[in-house]
Amino acid sequence: MKQRGILVRDFSHYYGQTRSLNRINLDIYRNEILGIIGPAKSGKSTFLACLNRLNDLIPGSRVEGKILVDDQDIYGPEVDVVALRRKLGMVFATPVPLPLTIYENIVFGVRLLGNNNRRELDQVVEDSLEKAGLWTEVKDRLHTSALKLSGGQQQRLCIARVLALKPQYIMLDEPTSGLDPISTMKIEDSLRSLKKDYTIILVTNNTKQAARIADRTAFFMMGELVEIDETPVVFTRPSDKRTEAYLEGKFG
Amino acid sequence: MTKLEKNDRLVKLSLLVIALSAISVLAIITVFIFEQGTPIMFRYGLKSFLLGQDWYPSEKSFGLLPMIVGSLMVTLGALLIGVPLGLASAIFLTEFSHRRLTRILKPVIELLAGIPSVVYGFIGLMFLVPFIRNNFGGPGLSVLAASLILGIMILPTVISIAIDSIRAVPDSYREGSIALGATRWQTVRMVVLPAARSGIIAGIILGMGRAIGETMAVIMVAGNAADIPGSILAPVRTLTSNIALEMAYASGEHREALFATGVILFVIIMILNTIANVTSTRQRKK
Repeated sequence: MKQRGILVRDFSHYYGQTRSLNRINLDIYRNEILGIIGPAKSGKSTFLACLNRLNDLIPGSRVEGKILVDDQDIYGPEVDVVALRRKLGMVFATPVPLPLTIYENIVFGVRLLGNNNRRELDQVVEDSLEKAGLWTEVKDRLHTSALKLSGGQQQRLCIARVLALKPQYIMLDEPTSGLDPISTMKIEDSLRSLKKDYTIILVTNNTKQAARIADRTAFFMMGELVEIDETPVVFTRPSDKRTEAYLEGKFG
Repeated sequence: MTKLEKNDRLVKLSLLVIALSAISVLAIITVFIFEQGTPIMFRYGLKSFLLGQDWYPSEKSFGLLPMIVGSLMVTLGALLIGVPLGLASAIFLTEFSHRRLTRILKPVIELLAGIPSVVYGFIGLMFLVPFIRNNFGGPGLSVLAASLILGIMILPTVISIAIDSIRAVPDSYREGSIALGATRWQTVRMVVLPAARSGIIAGIILGMGRAIGETMAVIMVAGNAADIPGSILAPVRTLTSNIALEMAYASGEHREALFATGVILFVIIMILNTIANVTSTRQRKK
């Protein structure tokens, strides 16, 4: 029996007067990879930002409805937003290592919690880089600037940085959109192996990527959730004509 | 050669002449200051100029140490006041204030740079000096008064350069840091300020250059005694004041000694500018 981690109920989001998400209802199960696909401006990225309240940073942002993460209403009055953001780690489309060394990038979030024990930090760095599939490539230059890594390495560093926070959910917003096929493959491999410990929400513009690694796929369009189902079902027997049209490349 | 190419060459040549003449004016001024100021320094010995404590031009005693110390004290005081205030304002205006408020406040702050220094000095003399005299003692005309006035005068420089370099930090750094569970303040402290560091340092050094070069406001509130000040409530004379106060009647070696003062000021400011340039290029290379 699959356990539900995140429940989204009648959730809408507005930027000022513009509605960017319209009454979304969906469940996210633990230890699955949920792929989210859809054309530009469909609300995919906004949806991710709403899950860890990064949308708070945007002036004029407003929500209706509910999102429950592990049974907690994340827009409730007693929510610890910082703790929420640690629980739902986020990887962005453009890899942005902070202008620090590789090592310091990874322990950044851990240090924020006040942990400065050198041995523990070393361990966190090794574990996170190992899981993100980057350890062997950088273990000899942990104390050089992270900005010198290649794009693919930077993105895996960003994944490692999120893993260091021991999150339960990992959200990725088009993580391979700027990367070459080999880097993309490496990241997809990492994601597959991360699934056993984490729940992964992957927004992607590359429908084939969703087909390759997502257990279930959700199709968003113009702020609406058009359909969500097991990935093979969405790709072979979509229940909505718009999904079919999008997957066939008729728009997007 | 076609007519267009000829035109091009003509434009290039005339721009070169204009640029060279601007630069050569600066070069001539520099040469002139050194030519007027350095002979006397060597005649009496560099040491007696830099380390001599007595400034009695009529008795051929040209010790500039009180003025060098005075300039450094006043400048340091200005930085102690102007940098924390300026940096805090810049951080507030870029990271915490409402965007509309920033749009109103930033031009206002930049306007402060346009107020003539004699006005700052006058306000200092009318309000600050009596305030210090009545509340802290001493003559009021003091290191403290000069530092406060200069600290306020360098605010626009420090604030606007700090704002520019904080704004130049990509938003993606902020997002990344906040998504990792940092608070706004932690993000500013651990990501934004380090990334903007060398720009901020360059701003501070430009402010420092302004403070060390400022003359009129300082003369009005500093008291101008040519002695090494014993406390921050004692009067002080800076290198720039030294020139401005005595140039009207100086002649002969006295006049040369004032040029020597200019040489020392020149060298100090060159050193500061070089530091500013080095730090800001180092940031770009990173």
